[in-house]
Amino acid sequence: MYDFTYHRPTSVADAVALLGSDADAKALAGGQTFIPVLKQRLNKPSKVVDLAGLGLAGISLSGNALVIGASTRHADVAGSADVRRAIPGLAALAGGIGDNQVRHRGTIGGSLANNDPAACYPSAVLALGATIVTNKRSIAADDFFQGMFTTALEAGEIITSVSFPLPVAKSAYAKFNQPASRFALVGVFVAKGPAGVRVAVTGAGQNGVFRQRAMEAALTASWSPDAVAAITTPAADLNSDIHGSAEYRAHLITVMAKRAIAAAG
Amino acid sequence: MGFEGIGAAVKRKEDGRFLAGRGNYVDDINRPGQVYAYFKRSDRPHARILRIDTAAAAAAPGVVAVYTGADFAADGIGGLPCGWQIHSKDGSPMAEPPHPVLAQGKVRHVGDPVVAVLAETRQQAKDAAELIEIDYEDLPGTASVLDALKPGAGLVHDEAPGNVCYDWQIGDRAAVDAAFAGAARVVRLDLTNNRLVPNAMEPRAAIGECDVAGNYTLYTTSQNPHVIRLLMGAFVLHIPEHQLRVVAPDVGGGFGSKIYHYAEEALVTWAAGKLRRPVKWTAERSESFMSDAHGRDHVSTAEMALDAEGHFLALKVSTLANMGAYLSTFAPAVPTYLYATLLAGVYKTPVIYAEVKAVFTNTVPVDAYRGAGRPEATFLLERLVDAIAHDTGIDRIELRRRNFIPANAFPYQTPVALQYDSGDYETTLAAALKAADHAGFPARRQAAAAQGKLRGIGISTYLEACGIAPSAVAGALGARAGLYEVANVRVNPTGSVTVFTGTHSHGQGHETTFAQVVAEQLGVPVSQVDVVHGDTARIPFGMGTYGSRSIAVGGSALVKAMDKIVAKGKRIAAHLLEASVDDIEFKDGKFSVAGTDKSKTFGEIALTAYVPHNYPIEELEPGLDETAFYDPKNFTFPGGCHVAEVEIDRETGVVRVVNFTAVDDIGRVINPMIVEGQVHGGVAQGIGQALLEQAGYDDGGQIVSGSFMDYTMPRADNVPNIHVGTESTLCTHNPLGVKGVGEVGAIGSPPAVINAIVDALGTYGIRHLDMPATSQKIWSILQAGAPRMAAE
Repeated sequence: MYDFTYHRPTSVADAVALLGSDADAKALAGGQTFIPVLKQRLNKPSKVVDLAGLGLAGISLSGNALVIGASTRHADVAGSADVRRAIPGLAALAGGIGDNQVRHRGTIGGSLANNDPAACYPSAVLALGATIVTNKRSIAADDFFQGMFTTALEAGEIITSVSFPLPVAKSAYAKFNQPASRFALVGVFVAKGPAGVRVAVTGAGQNGVFRQRAMEAALTASWSPDAVAAITTPAADLNSDIHGSAEYRAHLITVMAKRAIAAAG
Repeated sequence: MGFEGIGAAVKRKEDGRFLAGRGNYVDDINRPGQVYAYFKRSDRPHARILRIDTAAAAAAPGVVAVYTGADFAADGIGGLPCGWQIHSKDGSPMAEPPHPVLAQGKVRHVGDPVVAVLAETRQQAKDAAELIEIDYEDLPGTASVLDALKPGAGLVHDEAPGNVCYDWQIGDRAAVDAAFAGAARVVRLDLTNNRLVPNAMEPRAAIGECDVAGNYTLYTTSQNPHVIRLLMGAFVLHIPEHQLRVVAPDVGGGFGSKIYHYAEEALVTWAAGKLRRPVKWTAERSESFMSDAHGRDHVSTAEMALDAEGHFLALKVSTLANMGAYLSTFAPAVPTYLYATLLAGVYKTPVIYAEVKAVFTNTVPVDAYRGAGRPEATFLLERLVDAIAHDTGIDRIELRRRNFIPANAFPYQTPVALQYDSGDYETTLAAALKAADHAGFPARRQAAAAQGKLRGIGISTYLEACGIAPSAVAGALGARAGLYEVANVRVNPTGSVTVFTGTHSHGQGHETTFAQVVAEQLGVPVSQVDVVHGDTARIPFGMGTYGSRSIAVGGSALVKAMDKIVAKGKRIAAHLLEASVDDIEFKDGKFSVAGTDKSKTFGEIALTAYVPHNYPIEELEPGLDETAFYDPKNFTFPGGCHVAEVEIDRETGVVRVVNFTAVDDIGRVINPMIVEGQVHGGVAQGIGQALLEQAGYDDGGQIVSGSFMDYTMPRADNVPNIHVGTESTLCTHNPLGVKGVGEVGAIGSPPAVINAIVDALGTYGIRHLDMPATSQKIWSILQAGAPRMAAE
């Protein structure tokens, strides 16, 4: 990697100031994407601002929301009794991200800010109608994801937590692994909660995570795998690569949706 | 000590240091004052180099030197040599274009090294490399053999018109044609064997060093340090052998990819001489993808002529083999003498003809990879046999049995040069079918169907050849090296033993198995035997480890050296015990006078040899230290039967190997635990080839699977529990009766897996499927061929 200066601020204000001081400053969360990118010299930051010292890790359950701090590791979400009870599909999703090492370093805030089109978390956040809380404002999931590796975050804006509205009656995630990387070739999160019935798809869309509204309508009428079995997703809007054509991905969306619905009970 | 000799499952002596992180790998070695080399590699598949400007790089902080191909040309340094020469049908030698250390004039594949930057730190070398300007004129590139052979295809080398390296043949074409003319039926199959990236866990690394007297040392990740010394010293850098030491310390996996002499080794050694400073290079993983020799990559047509009962009358095979952009060290031998000579397999096909065209393309050079030619032959043959069963309606197992070389037919001369010494294919087949509960398969298929899964079973009755030999025959076939092995057995004065072997262990566990052979023969505990390999300064000579040769050839040399130790020990014992040497017996570590209770321990004899106070000094030299060179009479021929059972998820096309049984005849087993591990690893690689792995190139030669993000290695959850069984017939021509086990897993398993998938897809009208059988490929078949799906 290229040389940079490393900073580990202990307050959000200091972190924002450091990031704002230089256009080439970059934030480091869990580093599970960023560090490999640096090692491949694909990014040349002037400063790397480590967010691990901001005290943003932690999970809290109130009456009407499950709040997960931005620096919370995937393994902690997967292992949390509160998450497992309140939104079992979210805990299961976190437990299937990457491998054991990734789950002990990667964070929810880092995953969402990066918005990799094949990442798992965006599908849960969108399907559960969560709110992304930053140092400046609260952003609804529907407004947050704006295409591949693009979010509503502005310069100097740091995710501090993610708030999932409760109660969630049903939640599950079904993921079809890209065989080599084990990112989602297609991942489908289904949920029934305060935001209504939602189906969010990751890995497949040319513009990153998206809602499958035809499936949402069908499931609102009847929550069962059969309800979505005949619903197809237009291949024209989907990714195609050596691991899966757009047609294959379109097919897998329906299969994974059925499996997620079945798993959600 | 408990029993530690041949057949004991002794725990691996070397694992303590590996598991504790105390191995000594090349990258662990640091020499005082070393500089770091970084290679600027071509990002173009095929281009003319118009201009290289290294001025800014040379002036960058910490940079010690910047070298290009011109520096090697100026020094009169030729290219990397090829170790095997093939002659074409017309008698002409193969095209053997230069393989410069750094590109000269053109780049020929993505990853071709162009400039080397040497700096005080790795980081500085890499920083400086970014300042190098190279102007290229892109030329048309090709990745596939089919494209490279098209008229007008870009020419990789001017010396190879039509991109053909050689057009070789073996067998009696006229006899084959006559058999086809009279055949009741001919079954044909077109198939490919997918290109693989070896991906040893340890990336390659090299350190060159030169002292004030001009003595060089190269530390390198090699499977055969003496071969590297010979190739690099004699043919590239012209360093006399007594002034060049090559050390291959702990090496973290090779699978063939660390046999060859690579450009980076030559560069660090040459530059160390120029700079009189050690030069170190360690590959990054992405460099490994584009610079370690790849494996396989064949396109073939196979045809079998049959009589009315399904007996094989004649086999005709035509293969196009991708050589990549340059000839790697042993590349020409792989699709010829390690492939076409194996096309008889376990079958008594009376006549065989094969032609192999080797083709240059703009891809990473292709060379031997675990199995080397034999997996390609086995995949072709075992798929063809299943296709014959499909077309004729004869049961797959019955068809094999009908054509097996019977157990009483050995030694058996095949029509493609090899003579098998021993084997019993019916026994391994029957044992594998029993262990796999073949009889219970229909019930398992039914249970799977109830779950919406397609279940299939496939078998492969394979044969392979290990320990390529003898030297004279290999030489006649084009080898530019001998194929013997060397062992030096040094009995220390207190009776412990140090073995110096010319083979090399990079995962195989030789430090344990070779010690067991010593324990068996000399009665010395395994803990008192040290096995040394991987250093040309310590080991008399050796050809290294590849082709599953170590125990068959290196182990035989060890036995021969120990025979000399025992013979000398008897003479010492005869003196001490005042008996005739003919009356001395050696057994269980004791020299005794036959029929008496008079004896001397092995340790007492060793001490006497080194403290010769009471010694037949007039007729016998002191010391107990013997060396043997062993040149085998023949290859060894492991064979066996692999049974794979798969389940296919009809909705997604995902294939899971749910059962795997391997029953291998590998001759005498030295350590059953290590044998099991070798088979496990080989089968995992075979499943990887069958289901997952594909070195991807676009049509023009750009790599599309250049990292683990896109190149799918098999992981633990892709591999089922593997049942390993052994059924031994002994090799008849080596002293241990051993055959070799390193590659059987990777050779036997791919066709078993594909045969199982084709079986599972039987109702979809599928006759053949090329590897890898990815979920997308299977899904496409399910979509296209399943009229029932719409109704469901």
